[in-house]
Amino acid sequence: MLRFILLASFCMTCVTSVYGGTPIAVPDTMAERVKACTICHGAEDKVGRDAYYPRIAGKPQGYLVNQLRNFRDGRRYYQPMAILLENMSDEYLYEIAQYFSSLRLPYPAPEQIPMQSEEIELAEHLIYVGYPGRNIPACSACHGDVLMGIEPAIPGLLGLPRAYITAQLGGWRNGGSMRGQVPDCMSEIAKQLTDAEVNAIAKWLANQSASGEPRPFSTLLPELVHRCSQNIMANGSKE
Amino acid sequence: MRRLAIKYHISHYQFDVLLLACMVSLLFFSITQVSDVVAEEPDRSIEVQHGAYLARVGNCMGCHTTKGGQPFAGGRRLSTSFGIFVTPNITSDKETGIGLWNQQDFWQALHQGKSSDGRSLYPAFPYTEYTKVTRQDANAIFAYLQSIPPISQSNPPNDIFFPYNLKPLLAIWRILYFKEGVYEPDQSRSDAWNRGAYLVQGLGHCNACHTTRNMLGASQDDTLAGGQIMGMNWYAPSLSSYQEAGSGDWAIEEIVELLTTGITKRAVASGPMATVIKQSLQYLSQEDINGMAIYLKSFTENEGGNTPGVRFLVMSGSLQKHLDFGGQLYEKHCQTCHGSDGKGVPGIYPALADNRSVMMSSPLNPIRSVLNGGYPPTTAGNPRPYGMPPFQQILRNEEVALVVSYIRNAWGNRSSLVTAVDVDRSKGRN
Repeated sequence: MLRFILLASFCMTCVTSVYGGTPIAVPDTMAERVKACTICHGAEDKVGRDAYYPRIAGKPQGYLVNQLRNFRDGRRYYQPMAILLENMSDEYLYEIAQYFSSLRLPYPAPEQIPMQSEEIELAEHLIYVGYPGRNIPACSACHGDVLMGIEPAIPGLLGLPRAYITAQLGGWRNGGSMRGQVPDCMSEIAKQLTDAEVNAIAKWLANQSASGEPRPFSTLLPELVHRCSQNIMANGSKE
Repeated sequence: MRRLAIKYHISHYQFDVLLLACMVSLLFFSITQVSDVVAEEPDRSIEVQHGAYLARVGNCMGCHTTKGGQPFAGGRRLSTSFGIFVTPNITSDKETGIGLWNQQDFWQALHQGKSSDGRSLYPAFPYTEYTKVTRQDANAIFAYLQSIPPISQSNPPNDIFFPYNLKPLLAIWRILYFKEGVYEPDQSRSDAWNRGAYLVQGLGHCNACHTTRNMLGASQDDTLAGGQIMGMNWYAPSLSSYQEAGSGDWAIEEIVELLTTGITKRAVASGPMATVIKQSLQYLSQEDINGMAIYLKSFTENEGGNTPGVRFLVMSGSLQKHLDFGGQLYEKHCQTCHGSDGKGVPGIYPALADNRSVMMSSPLNPIRSVLNGGYPPTTAGNPRPYGMPPFQQILRNEEVALVVSYIRNAWGNRSSLVTAVDVDRSKGRN
């Protein structure tokens, strides 16, 4: 019986081939629909082939929705993304964010950038303690104690290449990342950082292996919620 | 025989978007108001609703909204070879919008291309097309614009280059190229055809993009004969030529399908046309979009339809070798979706074989599609489209030139070769 079924399906395949040339089976899946994304951001278990295409798998959905909308609406400026998303609805962007957010894929091995012990100390102080006197909170205060982000809209900081982190912090400092969001807490914080501090943070983060899950919203301190409300709440929910 | 086997798609049916504004008017309404006190309320709301619909048809919002900005508050910058035009705020705000206008002011802008203070407007505001809109429709649009909440937003002034900033030049331009007048129905045609013509020529302002403009930016003809879009690196195909996007041999239903969903079995809209469909055309009533289709189809209905690009060139060995390089790139990057036979997947990935927009004499649109990728517009009829990846980050200019040259000359396609310089010129500017 099984043989018969196999034979029958083989024949049907042949018939299709004869009449349809070389038919391409297009899976009705999100993975197929987002091929335009994964060509740069890497399919499935890969980060981008290039340092400037960050991993998006497993990032909080609200964060991804915010970024997609920011790119589309010109608040975060990167022309290739803006062109790609130009004619897409909020609903579809939400679905795309949900898809990437739901991916649980292994992280790449961390980079191995040599660091002096003072540099490591500086990075760890910034990341876990901050400099309240300079109005610089600890990175972990917003990005979670394991630096994997906080639901629904704060991204994790691990599993990203150093070049990308440096570029993003640079963007925050010179106002190139985001336009017109006031107040813009990440920009304020980045502007407080020295070049040496940016370098130390970027190296240190890239050297860590990523593990763990984004933390729940309740772990965020009320004063930081207030300070960063624009960044973390603005578009985080589906409209 | 119907050309069932022929698959081509019109990628860029751009009617356009870009230049629209909708202003005001106060008509003989003052008289009506006196006598119609009782009926005024319901009539008013019907008029506002109708105006909202017409503002969609004209896509006023498309130009009068900046990216991510407040609807109708203006501020969008239109870069042209004559300068940068900044669209005005057309909300009901009294200070920064048109809250102080009356119906007559709006009519004057739409119909005569004059501001409320009598100054001539630059035709970046397509009053050359809007002049065909009836007074009744203009009033409805004005009523709608006055009904939306005022938004206080001052926009920067236009930055027009010398000598185009000289007013006398504008006056001469108007004498030469502006013909004032509401659309006059062609009695020999059906009501549906006339409705379509009214919308295509007037509010739809398709001619703002689908035309070639002269040195002074004036449209060269009114048959939607195609041309590069001003201020954009996109080519709006001719709607009156079988070599480009003429639809004479399409069924009305398929034209309607393309204009409302952005995709059909053999065509997909991209670039600015995708935007027009997303923002405007998908909302049109069945009757109106049907009329448009009937009118557009009539441009090429009697031409019989000849297969485009049947000039079979003799291919030299070196040319063939050149194309083979492109073929290798195609196999590596494109074939999974578009197929080894270039037939794609109907309704998902467009066919490239026999595709007119691949073979148009201007290679701009296929080059841009390869460089930037893109998604068809999300519409009610196609809410979760499949997309084309951008290859700008992966392929060098020379490689893009090779692969585009290849698809323009594979599977029986014939068209000119593309160079790396063409590719470089196609970058930038939306």
